[in-house]
Amino acid sequence: MLPPFALYRPSSLAEVADLLAAHRRDAALYAGGTELLLLLKEGLLRVQCLVDVKRVPGLAEIAAEGEVLRIGATARHRTVERSALVRARCPLVADVARHVANVRVRNVGTVGGNLAFADPHSDLATLYLTLDGMVRLWSRAGERDVALEEFLRGPYETAREEDEVLTAVRVRPWPAGTAGVYLKFGLYERPTLGVALAVSVDARGRVAAARLAVGCVGPRPRRFPAVEAEARGQTLGELAADAERLARAAAEGVDTTSDTHGSADYKRDMTRVFVRRALRIVAARAGGQEPHARYPHTIVV
Amino acid sequence: MPDTRTPSSFSITLSVNGRAVALDVPAHALLLDVLRDRLGLKGAKRSCDVQVCGACTVLVAGAPVSACTYLAVEADGLDVLTVEGLGSGERLDPLQEAFIEHGAVQCGFCTSGMLVAAKALLAEEPAPAPERVVHHLRGNLCRCTGYRKVVEAVVACGRASGERP
Repeated sequence: MLPPFALYRPSSLAEVADLLAAHRRDAALYAGGTELLLLLKEGLLRVQCLVDVKRVPGLAEIAAEGEVLRIGATARHRTVERSALVRARCPLVADVARHVANVRVRNVGTVGGNLAFADPHSDLATLYLTLDGMVRLWSRAGERDVALEEFLRGPYETAREEDEVLTAVRVRPWPAGTAGVYLKFGLYERPTLGVALAVSVDARGRVAAARLAVGCVGPRPRRFPAVEAEARGQTLGELAADAERLARAAAEGVDTTSDTHGSADYKRDMTRVFVRRALRIVAARAGGQEPHARYPHTIVV
Repeated sequence: MPDTRTPSSFSITLSVNGRAVALDVPAHALLLDVLRDRLGLKGAKRSCDVQVCGACTVLVAGAPVSACTYLAVEADGLDVLTVEGLGSGERLDPLQEAFIEHGAVQCGFCTSGMLVAAKALLAEEPAPAPERVVHHLRGNLCRCTGYRKVVEAVVACGRASGERP
């Protein structure tokens, strides 16, 4: 059962700002509600009113801005999954959307809500880190863009101020000739571990750039610049052969937390296992091969 | 002018299983409670209450949602389909017939959600392949019969739909 609350349905950001200013900590921004309503049911959050942002025009829009793809905060996972624009520019973003939670959550839950809730067990946050994700925050005072890495401060904690509204996330598609993978592992509804990896290969067949992010295992997802640097310059054969060593380096650097998904040590070791798998899959894909990659309780995207 | 009232109650009109319904609901009313307690439609079940199990699945504007975590006001102006809306009178929906034929039911608690979720898939893809059915029903949990017969029933119903006049 939900505790009683008032529901406001403003039709502009200015009205949202007025409501946030009037109610401050007694208000919560509401879009799909797939996370917020759970918190309210469980009594983990108490507010007097919800401010529904779904009627603000333009907030659900998905659009190309030059090379960058802008996904509006209230775009639903299902819309991202089916967007021809997303599929053309960032196919992995569409394919990962297809595997978020279940079809019911995808029909209702929004991209902005997912990021703003900052659940450590988020597929989107991990993947978007490898796409240089930037969130746009709007307030009466103006707009600012914050890199996802700085936006996500920790479990359920972001850089959003009380008077700010997350209006969109911008992702930068990988350059042509980049192979990517997202591995999602877990026995529960939310992933226990997510690994996103993209590798770009230059004309000599060597790794020009690697982007590696691991999420769900610790307080927030993160990139691994040192591992990415080590991969640069390798041939695809060397990358596959070096996968175990690189995966160990990632596992040593990862910050893990014990929770109901497993102990911190377990998650560190799973990080090693899945980064190694991701490296080998991407090395094969970059070489034009689709490996037969099947692992228990794992979705290979 | 922004609305300065405190909107804690809403008058909504919706179509439930093809029947027009008008009622006043508090802002915090969940669709599942409105369906079960106000409209007497007990087919959708409250089970996990956190959008994981699928026992409360209903279709809103053709899309499966978890009625346990969905505000009733969100369905204002839209079509809602529950398991009671499948078939007509004594006549079962072909999907229900397929479930019976394939033994896709044991205790039955998850069945209404399975049927409604599968109905949405068949509306989009009349003859889905087994892996499409598995993907679509991933969020509908069954704790007794297993999933194989459910998938078989949905696939068979889809195949048969091409043969029905």
